[in-house]
Amino acid sequence: MSAEETTTTGFMGWIDQRFPATKVWNEHLAQYYAPKNFNFWYYFGSLAILVLVMQILTGLFLAMSYKPSAAEAFASVEYIMRDVEWGWLIRYLHSTGASAFFIVVYLHMFRALLYGSYRKPRELLWIVGVVIYLAMMASAFFGYLLPWGQMSYWGAQVIVNLFAAIPGYGPDISTWVRGDYVISDVTLNRFYAFHFVVPFILAALVFIHIVALHAVGSNNPDGIEIKKGPKGNRWSDKAPSDGIPFHPYYSVKDTVGVAGFLIVFSIILFYGPAFFGVFLEAANFQPANPMVTPLHIAPVWYFTPFYAILRAVPPMYDSQFPGVAAMFASILIMFLLPWLDRSPVKSIRYKGTLSKIALGIFAVSFVALGYLGMMPVSALATVMSQIFTVLYFAFFLLMPIYSSLDKVKPVPERVTA
Amino acid sequence: MKKLLATAALALLPVLGFANTGGPALQQSNIDLRDQASLQRGAKYYMSYCSGCHSLQYMRYNRMAADIGISDTDLRKYFLVGDAKPGDLIKRSMTDADAQKWFGVASPDLTLVARWRTPDWIYTYLKSFYLDPTRAYGVNNVLFPNVAMPNVLGDLGGDQEAVMSHHAGSTPVAEGVKPIKPGSLPPAQYDAMIRDITAFLAYVGEPIQQERKRLGAYVLVFLGFFFVIAYLMKKEYWKDVH
Repeated sequence: MSAEETTTTGFMGWIDQRFPATKVWNEHLAQYYAPKNFNFWYYFGSLAILVLVMQILTGLFLAMSYKPSAAEAFASVEYIMRDVEWGWLIRYLHSTGASAFFIVVYLHMFRALLYGSYRKPRELLWIVGVVIYLAMMASAFFGYLLPWGQMSYWGAQVIVNLFAAIPGYGPDISTWVRGDYVISDVTLNRFYAFHFVVPFILAALVFIHIVALHAVGSNNPDGIEIKKGPKGNRWSDKAPSDGIPFHPYYSVKDTVGVAGFLIVFSIILFYGPAFFGVFLEAANFQPANPMVTPLHIAPVWYFTPFYAILRAVPPMYDSQFPGVAAMFASILIMFLLPWLDRSPVKSIRYKGTLSKIALGIFAVSFVALGYLGMMPVSALATVMSQIFTVLYFAFFLLMPIYSSLDKVKPVPERVTA
Repeated sequence: MKKLLATAALALLPVLGFANTGGPALQQSNIDLRDQASLQRGAKYYMSYCSGCHSLQYMRYNRMAADIGISDTDLRKYFLVGDAKPGDLIKRSMTDADAQKWFGVASPDLTLVARWRTPDWIYTYLKSFYLDPTRAYGVNNVLFPNVAMPNVLGDLGGDQEAVMSHHAGSTPVAEGVKPIKPGSLPPAQYDAMIRDITAFLAYVGEPIQQERKRLGAYVLVFLGFFFVIAYLMKKEYWKDVH
């Protein structure tokens, strides 16, 4: 349907002859056919968009009162909490939203692991997703410095120092990142600039993610391609029989998901925004003090699995680099996932025991590493971190073996309820 | 799926063994932030005993007055000192340099102390001073060893001495206190006073906290209705999907 062949009339006709409004609406919503058997796990994609929009909006309003300077940042956050009209709500929406974003995205990613949503033809979709995750981590890392509390300061100090472990140019790179020999006003200013711009890159990446999704079509809990199944449904004789239009079916269903999410989100927001010191760490209520190192420095919870991997790898040849390399590898290995899985089926429903055990061990390892990463260093915690680090990597590295050895169940022709 | 989740939860159990809380046990402060009389008394005690050294530099006098029910007249009469105005932040008159000279350290601002410590910590801390002639002001604290702060409330609470730990092979440390000389207030009244100060500091740490809990109830009632309606709408739309 080109601009000349529009079927709409009146106002929309006028628009459609100049801009493909109806075409885009149809292709991505009203005539985008999604499998009819989405379950609970499929709420988290739309929820991630909701949280991203909320973070950008609340962030914009915070930026109106926040002062990105070492002398004023901490006080300006308290000014927002106390003197700005509804400032406390905007700030808590943003701080709780940051954690909610990671929870929602971790569940969204786990869904992809459960149902093989990264498999052909969705490799690029998955890769764009991992890039989104990296951008989220960057944004969260920059943002965490902004309150200029003790944990902001020392957390950033520790993470930026990781670059110093790179052999050769490492120390120069970390100085270049900070713009100073320690985290300082200069660092705060540039982190603020990055924290403001990365979310828009994130939004662009999400757009690409959705374009990629709509090109290949959504996977589903059965992991079968509805486009390869029989054709024809109530709306179109060319559409997949097991597909239903995204709008209104999934727009109304996702509205229920949004309501459920907002209930849980509001309980935390209004009754425990610090979430037992996990979402807002107690040490961060003290202003940054370059002269006093806190006894125990840990990143925010959503980084702790990778932090535990970093600490689990012992220094070699007097260099921390192996730990840093392992930490980055633990994230970058996700890019390879589409080619590591050799199972003839996509969904966990039809995979065999080996794959189920492997995914279970992986989930346990990720949560355990997250917990261990929050704890102070101890001999036992280090050993456990090492065990779970090995298991974490084994999930990926042994996947070509166990996924091809595994006994799979027959996959149905059509999607099941 | 459920079995998988249950197994995963079980497998995680041993990891929890690391949860540890170091240091002496904290006493329950049992504060009640809805008790405005307690908050008002806490504010009064704070201004009399604490504010000379400890500012509340993110808190404004008039916000405090409005939240805990102090009238404008009382605020001007009892709380504002010098040329302070109701809209001012609660600063202190002592300079950092003086504090450094008199105590060896700049006395910290306490606006957020209840958030990075806890109310129970403040309550226990104020009750954990003991006589220690080796310290400049003759007192030390179980919860905060070698703290620079003198026992400002010592005359009211009385003198205490340390109960030392006796673990074989390790240097004894103070792990508790016991009274040796009564103060001018009976113990129960002294505890109530400390509780009021703690409550006041807990309020100052987050002035909006009572209001946010109140608003949260309305938001949740609305979302509850919204959820039910959204669910019914979904059910209606999905009637023809088989």
